Amino acid sequence: MNNINFLKPDKSNLNLFLILGLSLVFISIFDVFLSSFFKINATGFLPTSISFLLPLIIGFIGLHFIRVEYSGIRRLDEINKNFNNNNFNAVLSLLIIFIIIKSIPPVLSWTVIDANISGNSKEACTGDGACWTYIKVWLRRFIYGLYPNEEQWRINLSFISLLALGSVGYFATEKFKKYLTLYYVVIYPIIAFLFIFFFISGGPVFFDFSYGIIASVVAIIIGFFVPNKFKLYYFCFVPLAVYLSLNLFILPEEYVELGKLEGLNWVETGAWGGLALTFIVSFFCLIFCFPVGMALALGRRSELPFIKYTSVVFIEFWRGVPLITVLFMSSVMFPMFLPEDFFLDKLVRVIIAISLFEAAYVAEVIRGGLQALPRGQYDAAKSLGMGYWKMHIFVILPQALKLVIPGIANTFLALVKDTPLILVVGLLEIAGMLQMAKTNPKWLGYSMEGYVFAAVVFWIICYAMSKYSYNLEEKYKTER
Amino acid sequence: MKFNIKKIAPQLLTLLFVILIFGFFSYNAQLNMENRGIDFGYGFLSQESSFDVQFSLIEYDGSHSYFRAYLVGLLNTILVSVIGIILATVIGVIVGIARLSSNYLIKNTAAFYVEFFRNIPLLLQIFFWYFAALRALPLPQDTESIMGVFYLTIKGLFIPAFIWENFNIFLYSIIAAVVSIAVIKNYAKRKQENEGKQLPVFLISIGLLLILPLLSFLIGGVSLSFEIPVLKKLAKTSYIYEGGVGIPPELIALTLALSLYTATFIAECVRAGIQGVGKGQKEAAASIGLNPNQILKLVVMPQALRIIIPPTTNQYLNLTKNSSLAAAIAYPDLVLVFAGTALMQTGKAIEIVSITMLTYLSLSLSISVLMNWYNKKIAIKEK
Repeated sequence: MNNINFLKPDKSNLNLFLILGLSLVFISIFDVFLSSFFKINATGFLPTSISFLLPLIIGFIGLHFIRVEYSGIRRLDEINKNFNNNNFNAVLSLLIIFIIIKSIPPVLSWTVIDANISGNSKEACTGDGACWTYIKVWLRRFIYGLYPNEEQWRINLSFISLLALGSVGYFATEKFKKYLTLYYVVIYPIIAFLFIFFFISGGPVFFDFSYGIIASVVAIIIGFFVPNKFKLYYFCFVPLAVYLSLNLFILPEEYVELGKLEGLNWVETGAWGGLALTFIVSFFCLIFCFPVGMALALGRRSELPFIKYTSVVFIEFWRGVPLITVLFMSSVMFPMFLPEDFFLDKLVRVIIAISLFEAAYVAEVIRGGLQALPRGQYDAAKSLGMGYWKMHIFVILPQALKLVIPGIANTFLALVKDTPLILVVGLLEIAGMLQMAKTNPKWLGYSMEGYVFAAVVFWIICYAMSKYSYNLEEKYKTER
Repeated sequence: MKFNIKKIAPQLLTLLFVILIFGFFSYNAQLNMENRGIDFGYGFLSQESSFDVQFSLIEYDGSHSYFRAYLVGLLNTILVSVIGIILATVIGVIVGIARLSSNYLIKNTAAFYVEFFRNIPLLLQIFFWYFAALRALPLPQDTESIMGVFYLTIKGLFIPAFIWENFNIFLYSIIAAVVSIAVIKNYAKRKQENEGKQLPVFLISIGLLLILPLLSFLIGGVSLSFEIPVLKKLAKTSYIYEGGVGIPPELIALTLALSLYTATFIAECVRAGIQGVGKGQKEAAASIGLNPNQILKLVVMPQALRIIIPPTTNQYLNLTKNSSLAAAIAYPDLVLVFAGTALMQTGKAIEIVSITMLTYLSLSLSISVLMNWYNKKIAIKEK
């Protein structure tokens, strides 16, 4: 016993150090626990600054005592290695434990113990904690915006069926697997568009369909089956010619409103809002920005100087300005650039603006993937006699896109996180609905609950997306 | 010269497309402006603005021109970006290193911080800090001071102001110190390369940085005093602080949200950078007898920086662009002052939005030029 060196714990007096150290650590944690959960200040007789620091000092000494290298006890060695390998780490570990213990009671009492959820008005909130009644009453508004209550089944139906149609990929048998890309890239967006056009809007939101546009779209689709020799000329002239001739010469006045569905009320986009609008905006931007971004990436890598520099200027312009100015441009400046009788809904302008903005980022990500491919891939494809499009569609893009999945997922994540910004042009997405609810005279003073709710919702969505992209990345990594 | 239709036709088509779009837009714009009786031009910039801005770094009131208002907004944007970039870098580097700590608790706390702040939209965070957190602060008359000189109230943070005399002499002394440090560093480097002797450069630098400004106080006639904010009663229930510097709550909320949000991304860049340096490098450095400090400074950091800098540049750019979210909480930045108030008053949508966008473009470009220069400086010089 007489050769104990308290400054340097060693193995020979292991039990003594262990008992001493652990009890000191336990005392320090217990002191913080008492003061935090039961508001008992066990060391209140000491001066304030000392009693404040005392648990830290006691705990630090205790941790110092149990820091015995190669003690032979597995648990102790693990603790020492992970929490306690030097003085600095010991202090930090203690601090973090104390902060966690200190913060549990206020957080718990605010969110659960002192909170209210019953009732339907402000009077029900009597406790000191959160007033979840506010969220309960406003939940419909937070999800659907100002969309009329009796019409909300339309949004539900659309989203549920779109979700169901989207999950087709998981159930497709081998036989249909090869059509999946076509389905997701072409058919699914069209179905989604129709759902939102007919069901959620029920009226002429985006534009009135005209025969000219339909005919030219059909002409473009036919164009893919034209022999390669004439493809270029076909795409240059035919769709445009079809559109112009139909509109100007054959059916000048025949703008047919295909948009209206009998029996459904028209809900204008000003009333759309809440989480539903977040989904609609991010969904459409996601669909539009991907092909545009891909085209821009290919354009930037092109050998044709004019196309290359147009793409470079376009990409760098959008990447250099903040989204908020882009939104301002779409709402204030863009209408000046359109013919006076041409009506373009605010929501559509915003979707176009965000899509172009995000397309520039997607383009840079895809360009990274294109650059990462070894030159040999291009050479091999060319030596097989493939042309530009064949080479890219069958050889380059499948590999490049696989490489950039995490990057693209991050861009989409950023897109979802950017959607609340549309609040600045007056579209009441969930953050906008919060601002609106906050200023309601019946419900003043509950902004904290609203922000916590929205933060939780967004956090779940974004975290799920980032984890999913991580899984995708892992999956494709093993396949390579 | 060979005429290749496959190369010419797509370019011509693109050209035609671009010209058509620009032509269509400018034609419509001209027509619309004629119909509404607006004339295009930048002459309004010199007109009297006749609106006030709450917080500005330069002297400004309603009698100044729109151009002055633009400058006020620009300076406020730059202020928020610079503070945000510095704070975000500090937090980001600390958290990034903490994520690689051997301490289980520290590692997971850092990871929790990153996952938490990264996945919540920035706008919501700004709203949270401004409308929920800072609104819970006490009124000026109920505020207890922090260390007797700082006051954190619902009206903002009030700190003592520095009052300098002969400030320029002090500034010269600092410049002189920096220049002499650079010279000494160069000399020490040469000496080490030629003779293998090491000079205590760090100690000398600190000494110079302390001694020269001190000399300016003692001999140069520089003096410094503080003006501590004092509570003053305006009316029965309305109090303000007089003297000192008042930092508006908008600025606090914005810098907090921006730096906490961007720091998560910088932390990931730092972590990736340090992890990207091979373990063998550290072991090799240790085996030639460098101590842990030297290993970090001479071997790990120079290599890690090369990986860290390019993505961090992107984050700085993002922070600068995100500072435009200030408009949502009425911090008078470029977007709010110029693209908001000035646009409402003049109705010159095209001019003002284009100026705003060009300003942000040049801000972004200057940051990327600066960081590219730095990146080139630290890059491996191959052959």
